[in-house]
Amino acid sequence: MKSTIARSWWWKITALVLLFYTYYEGFLGEVPRMPILNETIRNLYFHVTMWMAMLVLMICNAFYGIIYLNKSDLHFDLVAEESGRMAMIFGIAGLITGMVWANYTWGAPWVNDPQLNGTAASLLVYAAYFILRNALPDSTKRARLAAVYGIFAFVMMIVFIMVLPKMSDSLHPGKGGNPGFNKYDLDANMRMVFYPAVIGWTLLGVWMMSLRVRFRKMELKNEDQQ
Amino acid sequence: MKVVLKQYFHLVNHELRLEFNNQHALMSLLVYSLATIFIAYISYRQSLDPITWNALFWIIMLFAATNAIARSFIQESKGLQLFHYTFMNPSVVILAKTTYNVLLLSFLGVINLVAFSLFFSLDINDFGQFILGLLLGSFGLSAVLTLVSGIVSKAHNQSALVAILGFPLLFPLLITIIKFSGNAIRGVEWTLNQPNFFLLIALNSIIVALSFLLFPYLWRD
Repeated sequence: MKSTIARSWWWKITALVLLFYTYYEGFLGEVPRMPILNETIRNLYFHVTMWMAMLVLMICNAFYGIIYLNKSDLHFDLVAEESGRMAMIFGIAGLITGMVWANYTWGAPWVNDPQLNGTAASLLVYAAYFILRNALPDSTKRARLAAVYGIFAFVMMIVFIMVLPKMSDSLHPGKGGNPGFNKYDLDANMRMVFYPAVIGWTLLGVWMMSLRVRFRKMELKNEDQQ
Repeated sequence: MKVVLKQYFHLVNHELRLEFNNQHALMSLLVYSLATIFIAYISYRQSLDPITWNALFWIIMLFAATNAIARSFIQESKGLQLFHYTFMNPSVVILAKTTYNVLLLSFLGVINLVAFSLFFSLDINDFGQFILGLLLGSFGLSAVLTLVSGIVSKAHNQSALVAILGFPLLFPLLITIIKFSGNAIRGVEWTLNQPNFFLLIALNSIIVALSFLLFPYLWRD
């Protein structure tokens, strides 16, 4: 991330193209008619993809935490912090798109569902992560403690998001006998939009994160000069 | 290996002796738990259905654990800490602290269970399974909170941070443990409760492994 890839333009163009394709096909493309879901199935491209982007940014956060602990270079801490921030933003976006959707399909914006609880928990974890960061004035110590907490939290969240929902029924489409878009009935048409959408949103998240990192670096430089 | 074991037993022994020499700390933990249970009792003033009973019991356990373990790195003097971190392996330090906190919280858990059953009577259909759940739950709670209090001890000991940082990490553990002990109260067959049991074992092992790996990075000042 340090220099060349973050600065190069090709993946940013890819992100824009893929997102344009997502919006175009997402609103105008063919989707299967399903009971209960109806046209809201299009939310797959705008809601589920948020989780994927959030997950990738969470992985970035833990990964750069590990790298920081090994290399002790504050640049990696900055990347980890900004990944955490972006993960939170995508988490909130996913929660809002999900709540709007749930209001029309389940009849309530919040229901007791393992996936919803998992998201609420991850948001709380990242809120705690930033509280920890704010409590520490010294930058190297802050980086070290935040990395330790971030790695630990990431593993716990993976258990919460990936393992626990598999052990109980969910209201989510395709689970617990609900009609939906699991791997058996997600049709080829939708897949052609879904996978590019995942990649597009993820790239957008990484792009936003790398911009934040550059901005923060300029801020730090400015402080040093004054 | 022998040295490591020696250090480990020395540290556990040290913690236990510290506790016995300073009995009013243990007393204050007991009084805290009993007072919480009594508050629950005067708030409800009736017998609880099994689901509420289970949830309330574990919430009280969570608060007792936070209160008990938040102080585990704070009570030591600076000199003693320096001594430990100069001559001991940091991974051994965290394992010893975790062991001691597991013992402490299991003890508190049993006392809590006795007091809680006294105020809120409930037929636990499979008592053996419930006790197993209590021990596994205490283990997980104390292992997570020990690492968190290790982190917080470096953050100028702001003890409120232990709850803020610890609670979100405990969600997966609490969900599983409440499911497990709920099944024990209903008295379902062991085969049905087995997945939860293995998940708890796996979670506890992951937590201990992570503390073992991550704790040394906290002591690099």
